[in-house]
Amino acid sequence: MTSRQAPDAAVKPPLGERGQSPPAALRTYGLSLAYDGRTVVDTLDLEVQRGAVTAIVGPNGCGKSTVLRGLSRMLRPVSGRVLLSDPVSGSADACGEPRPLRDIWSMRPKEFARRVALLPQTPPVPEGITVVDLVGRGRHPHHSLVRRWSEADDEAIAAAMRSTDTTGLAERHVDELSGGQRQRVWIALTLAQDTDVILLDEPTTYLDVAHQIDVLDLLVDLNRRRGTTIVMVLHDLNLAARYADQVVALRGGRLLAQGPPADVVDEAFVRSVFGLESRVVIDPVAGTPLVIPASRDQLIGPAS
Amino acid sequence: MSAPVATSVDRARRHPTGRMPLGRDPVEAAADVALVTRAHRRPLRRVRLVVGMLFVVTVAVVLARVLLGEYTVTLVDFVRILRGETLETAPGASFIVMEAKLPRALIGALAGGAFGAAGAMFQTTLRNPLASPDIIGISLGASAAAVVALTFFDAQGFVVPLAALAGAMAVSVVMYLVARGTSLAGQRMVLVGIGVAALLASVIQLVMTRTSIQDAQAALVWLTGSLNRATWPLIGLLALGIVVLVPALALNARRMRLAELGDELSTTLGSPASGARLGLLIAVALSAFATAATGPISFVAFLAGPISRRLTGGRPSLWAAALVGAVIVVAADYLGDYLIPDVNLPVGVVTGALGAPLMLAVVIAAGRHGKA
Repeated sequence: MTSRQAPDAAVKPPLGERGQSPPAALRTYGLSLAYDGRTVVDTLDLEVQRGAVTAIVGPNGCGKSTVLRGLSRMLRPVSGRVLLSDPVSGSADACGEPRPLRDIWSMRPKEFARRVALLPQTPPVPEGITVVDLVGRGRHPHHSLVRRWSEADDEAIAAAMRSTDTTGLAERHVDELSGGQRQRVWIALTLAQDTDVILLDEPTTYLDVAHQIDVLDLLVDLNRRRGTTIVMVLHDLNLAARYADQVVALRGGRLLAQGPPADVVDEAFVRSVFGLESRVVIDPVAGTPLVIPASRDQLIGPAS
Repeated sequence: MSAPVATSVDRARRHPTGRMPLGRDPVEAAADVALVTRAHRRPLRRVRLVVGMLFVVTVAVVLARVLLGEYTVTLVDFVRILRGETLETAPGASFIVMEAKLPRALIGALAGGAFGAAGAMFQTTLRNPLASPDIIGISLGASAAAVVALTFFDAQGFVVPLAALAGAMAVSVVMYLVARGTSLAGQRMVLVGIGVAALLASVIQLVMTRTSIQDAQAALVWLTGSLNRATWPLIGLLALGIVVLVPALALNARRMRLAELGDELSTTLGSPASGARLGLLIAVALSAFATAATGPISFVAFLAGPISRRLTGGRPSLWAAALVGAVIVVAADYLGDYLIPDVNLPVGVVTGALGAPLMLAVVIAAGRHGKA
């Protein structure tokens, strides 16, 4: 675990009793990303644990989505590297052998697309497309000039639609679906891509609270069942604390804190990341930290 | 699909009532696969059916153009003429068919097909029904070059289409350089294209006002787009362009369908925007060849895509768009010949007159979907 200590010591030290830290699926070294010369992410060292759910949180404009773009080959780094480790079966790394790491920019686009999927925030819906056709486009990285559509593709689509509970929508037009159904269909497309890492940019935007929970339950479920590594940008700190194994906090393009929510999220953390006074209590439903923000004029009362 | 991997991250089961169906019954799974296969094939079957029917319609329209009209030829005679036999009853028939009617129908079908495919490629890749080569200045590049060649250089015969080809290519290079590195979906390419089109239109105006009335008339005839110049060498040039470019375009069709998902998703699916831009370049070249052969035939590239998409039930198909374009041009040429007795309207006038209301319909329909 490479938690970097925030200046105001908001971060607790990594837990020693966890033993050897799990291998990283994705890892950045000194990653700097910029748009037109304006640096948005500054020398970021980040480790995304394999098989874990990681939530990236931070204030607006802190570079959350940009980090995702950097991890997904969408944005070429100004400096630094992004490395992807090969998914070897669990026993291989018990021998202490370092997993082969590859720079993501040394891979071919389709090869990378078979390993890492990204679901952007609000992708455009093609005109008149049916659900099954849309989900099927996720199979593109598995095709080539010689390898066209096969039964394996149908199976992958069926499995993806089944896990997202969209099988019944197969022949519906995507533009007729509700926001929640549509988000499930997009996730199904990402699943059909059949990668071991999935990155999602604010998968709960524009969804009501029931559908937010629905989508996040679905993602955690996939993570458990398939062992898919999930990295998502979430703006809701409480949902991040509830659903993530690892919380990564960014501010001003720099890593402020990283660790399990129970260890990381507290009042000092919220203050240092968002500049917000708050109370952090235990979520009575999930047992995870629950942030209750204070308005500017409200005083924080004594703990009950 | 990987087997569940136990993570060393300790994970309390925080969501005991997961809503997702977890179990996977093999029988149900097989039923799902069958359902997906069926649902996936149905639109493809429809596209194939539509393309097949359009092909038949295209052949029928071309045959009608060759056989019917003021000088009718029977199918039997037509086959005999094609085989090089001279008809004893009508010795002139061979000349009329082989030097006028057939080249005209063929060049119409080829150019229409090229316009249709190029337009559909543009509209789908840029996700904008207003983006088509004739609206973003490609055709005007060809026109300006042809007009300059006709008037200032007294170009004859084959030089004019070659100049037009060069003009269209020059515009497409400018567009490519401007659009490089920007989002495909951005309006930038379309806006720059409209600007370039306006500039080239003024170049044409300038040339027209400075030249002799005879040259201006020749230029004007070129500018309306007509099939009058159909000759076998010109058909050869166009066919060569099509034979080279259409397979290249077909290879890019899958990329085009990915580009519909937006730059980000198509990049993560392993098809970066630069690839889709290559498809656009091929489409530009295709429409440049067609424009060089017939002059700009307005609205064909613009309308073939939306019409074919309506027929296929929403799925974009380059073949369907190409065939719709071919049918439009050949049928419009036929109409232009015989709609008004004794007046031979160039095909560009007919497509323009009929296309404008259809364009309004497309824009209104697109507006309803919030796409324009």
